[in-house]
Amino acid sequence: MTFFQIVQSSWRYMLDGLWITLFLTLTSVVIGFFIAILLALSKMYGNKALYAISNFYIEIIRGTPLLVQLFILYYSLPVIGIRLSPLTASIIAFFLNSSAYQAEYLRGAIQSISSGQMHAALSIGMTKWQAIRFVILPQAIRRFIPSWTNEFIYLLKYSSLSYIVGAPEIMAQAKFVASRNFEFFKVYLFAAIIYFLLVTGFSEVFKYIENRLKIPGTLSQARE
Amino acid sequence: MNKNNDSNSSNHVILRVQNVHKSYNGVEVLKGISFIMNKGETKVIIGPSGTGKSTLLMCINRLVEVDSGKIFLEDDEITSAKNVHKIRQEIGFVFQHFNLFEHLNVLDNVRLGLIKVKKMNKEEATNIALKELERVGLKNKIDLYPAQLSGGQKQRVAIARALAMNPKLMLFDEPTSALDPELIGEVLGVMIELAKSGMTMLCVTHELGFARAVADEIIFMEGGVIVEQDPPQVIFNNPKKERTKEFLNKLTKLYGKEENQ
Repeated sequence: MTFFQIVQSSWRYMLDGLWITLFLTLTSVVIGFFIAILLALSKMYGNKALYAISNFYIEIIRGTPLLVQLFILYYSLPVIGIRLSPLTASIIAFFLNSSAYQAEYLRGAIQSISSGQMHAALSIGMTKWQAIRFVILPQAIRRFIPSWTNEFIYLLKYSSLSYIVGAPEIMAQAKFVASRNFEFFKVYLFAAIIYFLLVTGFSEVFKYIENRLKIPGTLSQARE
Repeated sequence: MNKNNDSNSSNHVILRVQNVHKSYNGVEVLKGISFIMNKGETKVIIGPSGTGKSTLLMCINRLVEVDSGKIFLEDDEITSAKNVHKIRQEIGFVFQHFNLFEHLNVLDNVRLGLIKVKKMNKEEATNIALKELERVGLKNKIDLYPAQLSGGQKQRVAIARALAMNPKLMLFDEPTSALDPELIGEVLGVMIELAKSGMTMLCVTHELGFARAVADEIIFMEGGVIVEQDPPQVIFNNPKKERTKEFLNKLTKLYGKEENQ
């Protein structure tokens, strides 16, 4: 079979997988982002207890492989009676994992904002929380976008790990198609091309967003 | 809250600093500072770097907490106030490095506090912001962002931002020392107008021309204490302390004799 024929005969399967991959990645990254905000703020501005909890969480998550976390959720939880579907287990594993990384990127972005910004906000009578919300975060999130793009791309590709527990995403579909027609090279090449196009497409979108949100007059601008 | 005795403004105390002490890591930066500011007065604090001048200003609006001593804004004790945000609204602070909100344009920089802190509606806030921006001569720059302004313009926006909150007292922490020499004049001009309009101002600055033009008193600080506090004529012509004379000689050598205004 030619590559074109492979594409023709398998694109429906791959498209099904594509939706799952997108759903998995987008859900995980978005939920992970909100957890990351809580973690980063706890680490930066929280009391000792909040700091310790966030720090512990981040260290545990970053210190263990994503695949191990996924296996624990999928294979170990049933032992205590919690049975998750492959997709649910994957989403949970991914957003837990991603939240730790995003929290650290966000913390870096917050730390890069000069302390004068907080002083100025407090000096006009804002509470600390108002200062964070209206002055610090709007600037920090702009600086966070490039590393967030990286994290998104990372997660998009690593979502392929969930085929191991049986979530029907792109890799799982490719494996299914290849095991029927034995055209392993061409089918996986097709999968690779899909991932590549997804990644390239999303990085363009994020580059656009980065430029749209750029503060006029500043140099922190992605290349046009 | 305390609208009483507004009538005799000449003796109306706005700020009372009583025996303030502050240490950082065991090093005592402020060793018992006391002074009073009446309504409408302008005082200028001078002194060598590392003397605690900035720390003192930060203590007054509690960006830094004092170790001991008391500070009062009119009758309210700042140093023990639970609602420090309320008190900070009444004290404008102008920073050496401007600290404009980088992600907001000029208009939003000035009206953010009005909308978020004073809970004004947008229209009312805009009117006040425009009025203050006109006062500092930047009404035609409202759409620009901080990164598009010169240092002098940034500092004037920062002054407008502080004024918009309608403070009882303005603190200036070396407002011109981060500026190119040719931009200093425009900021001092705004400050002189402000002093003449009756604002109560406490300024850390080494612009002696400014001090001579508008200061009611000059406070010379060194080593965490007030060495001398006197009207400019006395400080410049007949300082009581030898150390004041030495310091002023150094300053005039460095900056020239009162070339600004």
